[in-house]
Amino acid sequence: MTTTSHRTTLTPEQLEAFGAEMDAIRQRVIADLGTDDADYIRGIVKAQRRFEIAGRALFYLPPAWPLAVAALSVSKILDNMEIGHNVMHGQYDWMGDPGLSSKMYEWDNVCPSEQWKYSHNYIHHTFTNILGKDRDIGYGVLRMDEDQEWKPYYLGNPLYAFLLMVFFEWGVLMHDLEIERIVAGERTWADTKHLHKGMLRKVRNQTLKDYVLFPALTGPLFVPTVVGNVTANLVRNVWAFGIIFCGHFPAGVSTFSEEETENESRGHWYYRQLLGSANITGGKLFHIMTGNLSFQIEHHLFPDLPARRYPQIAAEVRGICERYGLGYNTGPLARQLGSVARKICRFALPDRKKSHDPSPVAQLRPAA
Amino acid sequence: MSLTQSLLRSPAVAALTSPHGVDRYLEIMNPMWAVHDVRARVIGIHPETDEVTTLTLRPTSTWHGFRAGQFVQVGVEVDGARRTRCFSISSSEVGDPDTLTITVRAHDDGLVSAYLAHRARLGLVLHLSHAEGTFTLPETLPQRLLMISGGSGITPVMSMVRTLVDREYAGRITFLHYSRFPGSTIFGRELEELAGRENIDLAVVHTRAGGERFTAARLEQVAPDFADIDTFVCGPAGLVENVQRVFGDNDRLRVEYFKTSTITADPDNAHGSVRFARSGRAAENTGGTLLEQAEALGLRPEYGCRMGICFSCTSRKTEGTVRNVITGAESGLPDEDIQICVSQPMGDCAVDL
Repeated sequence: MTTTSHRTTLTPEQLEAFGAEMDAIRQRVIADLGTDDADYIRGIVKAQRRFEIAGRALFYLPPAWPLAVAALSVSKILDNMEIGHNVMHGQYDWMGDPGLSSKMYEWDNVCPSEQWKYSHNYIHHTFTNILGKDRDIGYGVLRMDEDQEWKPYYLGNPLYAFLLMVFFEWGVLMHDLEIERIVAGERTWADTKHLHKGMLRKVRNQTLKDYVLFPALTGPLFVPTVVGNVTANLVRNVWAFGIIFCGHFPAGVSTFSEEETENESRGHWYYRQLLGSANITGGKLFHIMTGNLSFQIEHHLFPDLPARRYPQIAAEVRGICERYGLGYNTGPLARQLGSVARKICRFALPDRKKSHDPSPVAQLRPAA
Repeated sequence: MSLTQSLLRSPAVAALTSPHGVDRYLEIMNPMWAVHDVRARVIGIHPETDEVTTLTLRPTSTWHGFRAGQFVQVGVEVDGARRTRCFSISSSEVGDPDTLTITVRAHDDGLVSAYLAHRARLGLVLHLSHAEGTFTLPETLPQRLLMISGGSGITPVMSMVRTLVDREYAGRITFLHYSRFPGSTIFGRELEELAGRENIDLAVVHTRAGGERFTAARLEQVAPDFADIDTFVCGPAGLVENVQRVFGDNDRLRVEYFKTSTITADPDNAHGSVRFARSGRAAENTGGTLLEQAEALGLRPEYGCRMGICFSCTSRKTEGTVRNVITGAESGLPDEDIQICVSQPMGDCAVDL
């Protein structure tokens, strides 16, 4: 398997020591949580609400339409990424604020938070990059790994990826239905019944707000407002898709088999999270707009630490990886996106014999 | 309710502000604007003793008011985290409906009480629950009332007595209060004034200045016919238990604790181990509450009042028997939702945390 061939392997003792170093970082950050973290997330929430109000209001001024769309797009991106995704991970539960509690937060997205927390926090973050278990590998639609058997269906890989990008929030909504397993006859429609009510309610609330009520409130400007709201949702979809695909799919990121992760130690879990994730380099504003998912490695190591802490600990994590000879996959957005796009296209086709991976070690940036 | 309030509460506004709700937008403009949440601004600070402070609060327009003797959950942010505790309201229910007071003693280990008693400043905004609790005066006032309080347990009792005075209650009030020293008596000056009223028999006992702790004999002395009088007692567990013993199962007695844990942790008697399934942490049972044991293992479960009132800490117990430290009731049902702040494991126990 090429996915494992160029991976540094550690002895159980090394894994334990590596895990202990990660645990120590985690404990140190948890002990230090306080007013700065609270002020930070409240500041982001405040900014998001203001962008939203500004966006909704600017639709009344036809010449300001592009500004309105921009403000609303920023609002939705902040809401879904730096706030929603992170709050639902429980990163701010220690604050005891019902408005920032993982149990109560609902995001500006058609997927109900309850269902997202199951498929994302539990399935994806626990079984990260384990083929057959982590449904985020290709989302049941795409072929993103050579160990997924090729079928003629996958010739459409680039098309499916494009559609998933455009309709990303709807893809996220339908993720839990596991439609590919229904098609394969492994699951029945009746098995998804418990999801329907929550989905319908959330879809109704989101579409009513964005595509009926706010447009209606702008009266004669109904059509430009609807188009603006569709555009803002589209911008958020494309952005979130891009950032999220850069998190696990750039070349060099490892996948794992169920056998090798049976009875996994805590150290090996950290090791798998590290090798199964990739970062994106960029400036401070860029990181905020990605919800700090540009620090996907740190996020997967410590999913419940407030995301503003990831940039603070990244150098230390990378230094530890270097000591253990473990790869730390990072690069600028364009390079990571290009790598993902190449993978989407390459896996549309059957594997060439004996040459599984056309760009192996070169893309795996050593930690240095 | 004003027109603005009605409008902001309408289903249309709820749909427009979905999924966050209108209060999440109002609060960024002004923390005192709300249509569902209850908050209050500190508008007066009055020290009662070295350790006790009365705060006058002006709640948001969402506040429903209170009945004398009730308590509120007060949330305050300390180091970025909201901490919530219950405090009895000390003001009269008659008078300005837009204010209330709470009277807080700074406990040594009480983060919230110490903050409110010593660090609260004018203008501070607190999170509030609606008034709760059934420790209140009967709808139809009887001819006699007996009040027994200890330490800061005087606060709900004082709210009742102030209300009775404001309502010009014509019946007789017997009021027995225990405090440690004359200087540590909360509302000391006001109590002196109350003693001067012809329908109030007041006795203040200073237990660290020669006064005797509560006894049945003392009760017989101040109210020989106590068994026929509606009686309210609030104070430390020791006082409350002594009064309960004298009254037996007489339902004229109403009780309010202001401290939890009538059953304290006994490490010598604790056995078995406690496991927190989701985090994979486990340890020997120390005899403390599940919340304390979880925190000792570095977990940070959600909690509020830490006294079994607010249900913020409710978690799923998957195995084992627990005892409620307030009621002493034991329960061994599997997959049961319990309040971990008042549940003590009796042997092996597993909780989904």
